[in-house]
Amino acid sequence: MNSTVGLSSRHKFAYTWPLAWGVAFAVVAFIWIGGDLWQWAVKAPKELTWKVEALGSCTSVRLCVTGFFKFMVSNEAYIFPWTFKEFTRFVAACIEFPYQIIRSFLASGFTIPLSGGESWQSPPISWLGLTVVLTAVAYRLRDWKLALMVFLCVAYLAVFGNWESAAITLSSIAVAVPIGIVFGALIGILGYRYEKFERAITPILDLMQTVPIFAYLVPVLFLFGFGPVSAVAATVIYAMPPMVRITMLALKTVPLEIKEFGKMVGCTKRQMTWRVLIPAAAPGLMVGVNQVIMLSLNMVIIASMIGAGGLGFDVLASLRRQAIGDGLEAGIAITLIAIVLDRLTQAWASRSPAPHHETKPTLLQRHKNLMLALLILVGTTAISFVAPFFAQWPEQFEISTGQFWNDLIKWININFFDELEAVKVFLLLNVLKPVKAFLLALPWPGVLLFLALAGLQLGGIRLAILVVSCASFILITGQWTKAMITVYLCGISVVIAAMIGITIGVIASRYPVLKRSVLVFIDTLQTLPSFVYLLPVVMLFRVGDFSAMVAVVLYALPPAVRYTLYGIQQISPSLIEAAKTSGCTKRQLLTKVQFRLAWPEIMLGVNQTVMFALSMLVITALVGTRDLGQEVYIALTKADTGRGLVAGLSVAFIAIITDRLISAAAKKRKQALGL
Amino acid sequence: MDSKPDPILSCSEVWKLFGRNAQQFLKENNNVTDDMLSENGLIGAVRDASIEVDEGEIFIIMGLSGSGKSTLLRCLARLIEPTSGQVMFEGENLLNHSEKQMIQIRRHKMGMVFQHFALMPHLTVLGNVAFPLEVQGIDRSERENRALEVIELVGLQGRESYYPRELSGGQQQRVGIARSLSVEPKIWFLDEPFSALDPLIRREMQDEFLRIQSVLNKTIVFITHDFNEAVRLADRIAIMKDGAIIQIGTPEELVINPADDYVEEFTNDLSRAKVLSAKTVMSEPEPDAQVGGRVSSSAKIQDLAEELIKSELPFHVVDKNDNVIGKLTRDAVVDVLVKQP
Repeated sequence: MNSTVGLSSRHKFAYTWPLAWGVAFAVVAFIWIGGDLWQWAVKAPKELTWKVEALGSCTSVRLCVTGFFKFMVSNEAYIFPWTFKEFTRFVAACIEFPYQIIRSFLASGFTIPLSGGESWQSPPISWLGLTVVLTAVAYRLRDWKLALMVFLCVAYLAVFGNWESAAITLSSIAVAVPIGIVFGALIGILGYRYEKFERAITPILDLMQTVPIFAYLVPVLFLFGFGPVSAVAATVIYAMPPMVRITMLALKTVPLEIKEFGKMVGCTKRQMTWRVLIPAAAPGLMVGVNQVIMLSLNMVIIASMIGAGGLGFDVLASLRRQAIGDGLEAGIAITLIAIVLDRLTQAWASRSPAPHHETKPTLLQRHKNLMLALLILVGTTAISFVAPFFAQWPEQFEISTGQFWNDLIKWININFFDELEAVKVFLLLNVLKPVKAFLLALPWPGVLLFLALAGLQLGGIRLAILVVSCASFILITGQWTKAMITVYLCGISVVIAAMIGITIGVIASRYPVLKRSVLVFIDTLQTLPSFVYLLPVVMLFRVGDFSAMVAVVLYALPPAVRYTLYGIQQISPSLIEAAKTSGCTKRQLLTKVQFRLAWPEIMLGVNQTVMFALSMLVITALVGTRDLGQEVYIALTKADTGRGLVAGLSVAFIAIITDRLISAAAKKRKQALGL
Repeated sequence: MDSKPDPILSCSEVWKLFGRNAQQFLKENNNVTDDMLSENGLIGAVRDASIEVDEGEIFIIMGLSGSGKSTLLRCLARLIEPTSGQVMFEGENLLNHSEKQMIQIRRHKMGMVFQHFALMPHLTVLGNVAFPLEVQGIDRSERENRALEVIELVGLQGRESYYPRELSGGQQQRVGIARSLSVEPKIWFLDEPFSALDPLIRREMQDEFLRIQSVLNKTIVFITHDFNEAVRLADRIAIMKDGAIIQIGTPEELVINPADDYVEEFTNDLSRAKVLSAKTVMSEPEPDAQVGGRVSSSAKIQDLAEELIKSELPFHVVDKNDNVIGKLTRDAVVDVLVKQP
C-alpha cells in the first residue's frame, strides 16, 4: 500500500524539487544583486543580545554560558552533599593521587623526607628493566615478532632521548585509560539496562564526539585549573564516549540464546550482567578498551595545552620553535607508544588460553612470572644507583635526526622555493580566495533556505528543522562570518581530499599488491598525531590558509580511500561477473557498475572526511586561520568558557548539519538500490 | 492406562500476540480470525495452544519456521510472557509466580538445550557444565564433581578442560546437553538441538539422545522442524502451523489419521513401515489358524517385515499379556511396504 502511494506521489511531483531549487537560487541571486537594499540580509548579523532584569549579566548565549560556569565554581552551586567546588576538588584529588604515584614510579622517582630536613631521592624504574619486561610480556603474549617490535619501539624512546617525556605521558595515560574504561563500561551497562537512559545519553554522546576537542579544554581548564589533572579529565571526556557506545552495542549483540540461557539457569540480574553478559561480550568490549587507549593517545598533544607535559608538550614546543626534527621525533614517539599499547592489548585480548592438554597453570606458576618481572624491575632500578647506564641512556649515545630534518626542509626551501610558492600562490588566487569571497558574500537567509530545502528533500521536515536550527544557533551567536570561513576551508580541503582519496581507492581496488601498501600508508597516516602534519607544512608554506588546507587534506585523506576501497570491494562478485559477461569494458565496469553500487559507501567516506577535516581545522588555528578554530583557541588562552563553548558548539553544529544531510542522502541512495 | 496421572507440564489456551493492546484485544474478542488480527496490527505468534506433557514422555513440537513452535516453548519456560492463557507446572500456574520464584524453579527444575549451543566462550567444558550450579552458589568441589558425572554421561570425559571453540559442533552440543542436565531438572527443554549439525552427526546425536533418555527417563519437550526427527524420537507429536496446534498424537496416529492435508503432506515422505505397528495393520484374530509365529502388537512393521515375508503363514499378534488379539498376513505387510498413501 505505502509503496504505491510513494510511487505515484514521486511521479506527480517529479518537477517539484528542481523547481523549488530554481526558485531558491533566484531569490538568493535577487538578494545578492540588490545588496544595498537588503543590508540586513547580506551582512552577517551581530551576536543576538537581550536585556532581561531577572537574568542579570546573562545577556547573550555566550555570556550566559560564562555566567553559568562562574556560578558553578562559586560557593553557591550544590551537588549534594557538597558544593560543586568541593566536588571538583574531590574529583581532582581522585585523579591527582594515582597520577602522582605512577609518575613517581615511571618518571620522577619518590622523594622520601629524612630526619634533619634532608630527603632521599629514589630513582624511577630503570628504563632497561622496563624494556626487558615489556619485551618479555610481548613474547609471552604472542611470539618473538611482537617481542622484537615492542623492543624496538621502547628502545627508540630511550635512544632518541624521549624516555622521561614518554614516562610523563604514560603516567597520565595510565590514569585516564582505566577511568575511561570503567566509567564508560558502567554507563554503557546502564544504557543497556534502561532504554530511557540510553535514549537520554545518545544525543549527548553524539555531541561529545562532534564538538572539537579544543572546546572541551576551556571548561575543563576553568574547573580544574592548569595542570595534569585537567589534562587527564579532558582525556577521559574525549576517550570515554566510544567505550559507552561499544559497551551498549556489545551487550546488545550478545546472542539471544546466551541471554535466554542465563535466564534458564536462574541467574539474578546481577549474575546475568557480570557472569553471563559481560564475559559473552568480552571480545566486543576489548575493542572499546583499545579505542579508549588510542583516543587517549590522540589527545596527548592537545592535553599538553592545559598542562599535561611530556611528549605532547615537546611536540607543541617544537611547533612553536619551528624545530621540525624535535617535533617529529616526539610525535613518532607518541605513535610508537600507541602502537605498542595497541598491539599488546590486542595480543592480550586474543591470547590463547592455557592449552587444554597441559595441566592447569597453578597460582604459583602464574606468580612466578610476575615475581620474575618484579625482580627484574627492582633489580635494574637498584643497580641504577651505581651504574648510570641503568638509570638513563647515556646522553652521548643519544641519536637525534633533528638536524637532518631541519637540513632537509632548508634544502627544499632553498632549491624549490619558487615552485612551491608558485603552486601556493596559484591555488590561493584561483581557488581559495574566490571561494572564500563567494561564501562570505552569500546572504545568510539564502543559506538557511538552501539548508532547509536540502533537509526537506533528503530527509523530510524533521531533518529540515534540525539543520536550520543548528545553522540558526551559529547565526544568533554572531559567528556567521567565522563559520563561513570554516566552511570554506573545510569544503575545499574535503573536495581535494575526496578527489585524491577516491582516485587512490579506485586504483588500489584493482591491484591487490597496491592495495596492501595503500592500506599500510593510510594506517600510518592515521596513527600519526595530527600535529605532526602541521610541522613540515608550516615550514614549507609558512602560516596561513594554504598551510591549513594542506594539513587538513593530509589528515582527512584516509577515510576517503578506505571507504572507497571498501565500497568497491563489498560489491557482490556475481554482479561483477554478470557485468563482465555482458561485455563491459574496464571503464564501463567502473562507471556503470562499481561506482554506482559503491556510491553510498563512498558518500559515507566523504562524510567521515568532513568530520576529520573539521577536527583538524580547529587545530590549524595554531597556524593562523581566522575561523571558528581560532575563536576556540583564543577562548582557551583567555579561559573564556562562554566564548570557547559557543564556538566549539558551532563547529559541532556544522559537523552535524553535514553529517545528517550526507547520511540521509546515502540512506536514500541505498534504499533506491535496494541494499 | 485407565486413570491417567496429571500431566507434569501443561498449558491451556495460550496466546502470544505481538503488537499494541494485545491483551485488551483478546479480552474483547472471542473467535479471533486472521483478518481480525491484521486489522488490529497484531501478529499471532502462538494462537490458542493447549498441550499436556506427561511424566517421562518425549513430547515433540514440530513445525516449519515461523510456525510459533519456539515461541510456545518459551512461553512454557516463561522466557516469553504469554499474552493470555495458563501454564501449569507441577500443579501450579507458572504465570502467577514472582520473578524470584521463577528463578528458583528454573535453577532447580528446568534445563534447556539451545539450537546454537549458547556455550560461554570463556569457560571450559567443565566450567560450562558447572555454570548452572555455580549460579546457585554451590561450592567449587561439589559442583565440579557433579559436572564430571554428567560430562561422563554425554561421553565427553577427558575433554573437561577444552574450550568450546576447540570442539566440533556435535561435541559442543554434548556440552550443551550436559550443562542442561547438571541440575537434574524435572523437565528438559530442547530447542532444535540438532538442527545446526550436519546430517550424519545429527543422526548420531539423536541416537545419543535416546540413549541418555533411556538412562534418565526425563520429561521432555523437544522442538524440531524435521518431521523425520520427530517421528524417530517422539512419544507424541504436536504439529504447529501459523501459531496454532493442528494435531497432537503419536507418530502412528498422525500417519494413519492425519487431521488435514498439511499434516498429510509431512507423512507422505515418511517410510510407513517405520511408523506403523502390528496393531494397526493386523486383521481380525483367528486363534485356531496355523501360524508362523507370534509378534508383539507394538512392534513396528519395518522390524517384522523380513520374517513375515519369508514365511508362508500369517502370524499371531499378541498383547503384553500374550493374548492373541489379531492376525498379521504377508499381504498386509507387503501393502505397507509398497503402497504409497
